[in-house]
Amino acid sequence: MNANNIFQLDGEDIPFRSGQTIMQAATHHGTYIPHLCWHPDFAAHGSCKLCTVKVNGRFGSSCTTEAQPGMNVENRTAELDDKRRTLLQMFFVEGNHFCPSCEKSGNCTLQATAYELKMMSPHFDMFYPDRPVDASHPDILLDFNRCIMCSLCVTASREVDGKNVFAMGGRGILGRRIHINSESGKLADTDFAATDRAASICPVGVILRKRKGFAVPIGERKYDLAPISAQVKEAAP
Amino acid sequence: MNAAPSPPKKLRVATTSLAGCFGCHMSFLDIDERLLKLLDLIEFDRSPLTDIKHCGPCDLGLIEGGLCNAENVHVLREFRTHCKILVAVGACAINGGLPAQRNHLDLRDVLEEVYQTEHLLGRGGIPNDPELPLPLNKVHPIHEVVKVDYFLPGCPPSADAIWKLLTDLLAGRTPTLGHGLLHYD
Repeated sequence: MNANNIFQLDGEDIPFRSGQTIMQAATHHGTYIPHLCWHPDFAAHGSCKLCTVKVNGRFGSSCTTEAQPGMNVENRTAELDDKRRTLLQMFFVEGNHFCPSCEKSGNCTLQATAYELKMMSPHFDMFYPDRPVDASHPDILLDFNRCIMCSLCVTASREVDGKNVFAMGGRGILGRRIHINSESGKLADTDFAATDRAASICPVGVILRKRKGFAVPIGERKYDLAPISAQVKEAAP
Repeated sequence: MNAAPSPPKKLRVATTSLAGCFGCHMSFLDIDERLLKLLDLIEFDRSPLTDIKHCGPCDLGLIEGGLCNAENVHVLREFRTHCKILVAVGACAINGGLPAQRNHLDLRDVLEEVYQTEHLLGRGGIPNDPELPLPLNKVHPIHEVVKVDYFLPGCPPSADAIWKLLTDLLAGRTPTLGHGLLHYD
């Protein structure tokens, strides 16, 4: 690692390898930058905008901005966290996120990020969109009510599983959704398997394994034990 | 001039459950022996604990549950009119919660299935007594109708989270919930 390859993140020195993004370097260093659509195993998507930081005074997505020596990056400032909280509130009102009845509660990235950013309410009026579930597959349930359109399942299915089961499609806040690549539009009519990488990639409670409900009780789950900002190293690339 | 100072005025608190299950009130009672300490500092106005029917001037109003019928809206507005600080307590008050699971269904279909068509359920038709409040087309969280000052998420919020909110408010602080107390489930 080049000794000059250091940038400042909220005043902290962050070393990086040439070609790494701000997000990759920060995560490797163990410093949390809030994010939803970024995953260390895949190329950055840059769509959720939660990881927006200020680079030398200008807004930029930390998952798509290459680290440069001497950069001055602002991350957990009140200004940026306020904007992130507003983005989260929009995520919560445009889907149907009812945590008490969700099997992903406590292990959910959206929920843990909202805890981290102290989101106390949805603030906006609820959309309550109609999003039918797909329970056709013998081993997997798809509950689209919780989808945040991060498209990680699309990428994982294409790049790791070589299957191309999912696609983003449609327009507008209520029209855009994940489509299933089969004639019927049902997951049962694809070659999707519970062992696929895409089956375990969902950061929220859309792609769920059947017959595995509540194996770990609420209150003892990943983000019940420690906040998401204290578990960064586990996600390090 | 030399009269003993009067004890500090107790804060007046009203509570209600709208479209909720009273689980948040049960969690409130779960603060256990701290209730005795609390009763030195507050007195209850309208609440299921007092059976007072209408809310008078209060310092604090705690609302459990969302809005599923016209009466819920009337009660909520009464609370907002009379309470200096209004708190949405629990998932249902904050995002509609469990009752809002009917929101993607047509209200008429739901009523017909429950009261008319469903085997072993349908008895006597859809109730239409004028005493009954009319259901709303959709269930709504309370912040869509009145200004809400603070939110206390959870299903229900834990007794410790409720205690933290109350003690913060009684001390004149903005309530904050740290890790372990802020929960949506």
